[in-house]
Amino acid sequence: MSLLSIRNLHVSIGDKEILKGVNLEINKGEVHSIMGPNGNGKSTLAAVVAGNSKFTVTQGEIIFKGKNLLEMPIDVRAAEGIFLGFQYPVEIPGVSITNFMRTAVNEQRKYRGLDPLSGSDFLKLMEEKKKVVEMTAKLANRSVNEGFSGGEKKKNEIFQMAMLDPIMSFLDETDSGLDIDALRIVANGVNKLRSSENAIVVITHYQRLLDYIVPDFVHVLYEGKIVKSGTKELALELESKGYEWIREELESKQK
Amino acid sequence: METTLNYINTSMQNFSRIGIIEKKQNTASEYFARNGFSFRQDEVWRFADFSAFLNDSLNIPNATDNHSFEFKCNIPHLDTTRLTLVNGYVSTETELVVTEQGVIMGSLRKAIDQYPELVAKYFGECCKKDNSFLAINTAMFTDGFFIYIPDNVEIKKPIQILDVIKSQTPMFLQTRNLIYVGKNSRITFIHCDDSYNVNRSFSNNVTEMFIDEYAHVEHYKMQNMNNVSGLLNHNYIAMQQSASLISNSITLNGGNIRNHNEVRMLGEHCDTQMHGLYIMDKEQRTDNYVYVEHAFPNCTSNELFKGILDDSAHAIFNGHVLVSEGATKTDASQSNKNILLTDKAIVDSKPFLEIYNDDVKCSHGSTIGQLDETALFYIRQRGISERNAKTLLMYAFCDEVIQKITIEALRERLSDMVKKRLHGELTVCDECALHCSVQDCKFEIDVTKI
Repeated sequence: MSLLSIRNLHVSIGDKEILKGVNLEINKGEVHSIMGPNGNGKSTLAAVVAGNSKFTVTQGEIIFKGKNLLEMPIDVRAAEGIFLGFQYPVEIPGVSITNFMRTAVNEQRKYRGLDPLSGSDFLKLMEEKKKVVEMTAKLANRSVNEGFSGGEKKKNEIFQMAMLDPIMSFLDETDSGLDIDALRIVANGVNKLRSSENAIVVITHYQRLLDYIVPDFVHVLYEGKIVKSGTKELALELESKGYEWIREELESKQK
Repeated sequence: METTLNYINTSMQNFSRIGIIEKKQNTASEYFARNGFSFRQDEVWRFADFSAFLNDSLNIPNATDNHSFEFKCNIPHLDTTRLTLVNGYVSTETELVVTEQGVIMGSLRKAIDQYPELVAKYFGECCKKDNSFLAINTAMFTDGFFIYIPDNVEIKKPIQILDVIKSQTPMFLQTRNLIYVGKNSRITFIHCDDSYNVNRSFSNNVTEMFIDEYAHVEHYKMQNMNNVSGLLNHNYIAMQQSASLISNSITLNGGNIRNHNEVRMLGEHCDTQMHGLYIMDKEQRTDNYVYVEHAFPNCTSNELFKGILDDSAHAIFNGHVLVSEGATKTDASQSNKNILLTDKAIVDSKPFLEIYNDDVKCSHGSTIGQLDETALFYIRQRGISERNAKTLLMYAFCDEVIQKITIEALRERLSDMVKKRLHGELTVCDECALHCSVQDCKFEIDVTKI
């Protein structure tokens, strides 16, 4: 059984249908990349898995670890092991990263029937996970994302992923707004978190990120459907041929 | 029993006058006789509705009662000089004293006896425009504090003024504070309005403050009244050249609270920073009126008022900046931001600029909205429950005002109280003897520590 099964997923916002029958199977230990032109549903797919109520699922199902994900509230999905790295992380003034994470970690532990981490154990965990993305102590004491640069925000997302140790992560354009050094740090961070026990979906526009995070599978999401799947070579092909190639191929198939 | 309004009408003429300020009291009494309460037509007072209290039969405190009060306030790392008013009278623990630096502080009534000329010089002089509630207070106040700070004195230890209401019967209270801060002096006031029990009360309190040239005052106001009480809190402030003021009022609880602020900058290079935070629920009502007068060039003023309203709470922000003719290079801003948690909560927000001069920089803005859904989604995606996610976001909203508090120990304590309040819990300081509502608060989640 797959870790995550998305079957015939149809999603709308208002009257507009964005996803028109997405099918995707993800197993433990795999890294998938979803590519595709802007406005074709990549971010929507990730948001719907995480439970964003802005979108309405009109058909289909999402099964995670054998459970119906669509019936769970956002925070329960997170505690079950779903993580979404945001394209635009939200600022929370007055709440330090340390305390934000402490609240999150302990609420998730509570859901799993575990005792909260003691202050010292928590700080030990913080120290260990900060290294994943070379995060400075100063940054950890600042308010969540407040006044952060693009690179700092994305580092913070991967740091949170490291702290929460999710089973199924969606990283939504984690490479956008990053300079070359930050891209390397963030990508290396993700690689350190890869294991045979979890799975990662990387949403990106650029082959560049996939040089660092090498995917097992690459999918093209186009007009609300996954129209092409392949291995990492598909990303290289897309990079050289552009999405126009996909469109032409689809049109010729339809004829 | 007669209503409070009847009591005012019948007793005002004969209320015992106090020697040196008798004339001012008579003028006030006449003003009230002429005008009465006709607020609905007055834009400044349009939303101020204390009729429920005026039509009630509230008791008048007795000067001969025991006004002692054992008070414990434990803000870590913050030592204050405490001045306590109990039911409108100066607590027997607080006499009129003169410190080594020449600072006079204590009962206003005693000061009238001992320093009549000093009191007469300033009493009533801050309040340029009369109003009926002010007139009643002037004519019939019980007591309050007189604080006189000579020139060139820096008082490091904040002065903490406590207005405590502890009565077994419903009360009508009127206190009067008169503060003079001398040239180039610096002082911080922490002013707490608290009810001690769940009895109904209505307070009509007036504070007048003169800030002389180059003096700096920080005024922190903490309001934590019970749900059935009313508080009309007047602050009249007159500033001389290069004087500066930081005012921060945190309203956490109260049935019907109006902060009536009038600030006049009567010299060049004055600076006024006025901030407020209100967190209201149930049927509570809060009304912040802020009048700032730029009478001279090169003055700055900045207003930031933020509030969160739950249930059927009602908040009013009425800001008025007057830039007089000749007040060039004025820099004034007004901002009022509100979050409504229900569709029954109400905000009336009216930022207002009145400008009679070119070459000024003035801005005003007002927002009323809900908690940001995207931010809620972000927080909950980390595994934090909806309730705690909302609390975190509300706290984040309040943080901007809390950060304006310059005393770290006070900032942390107030920040703590705001967190508790956002959990819908009792909001007294842990160690405070003033318990205004139900006790026994339990916090099981870490959000309170954030």
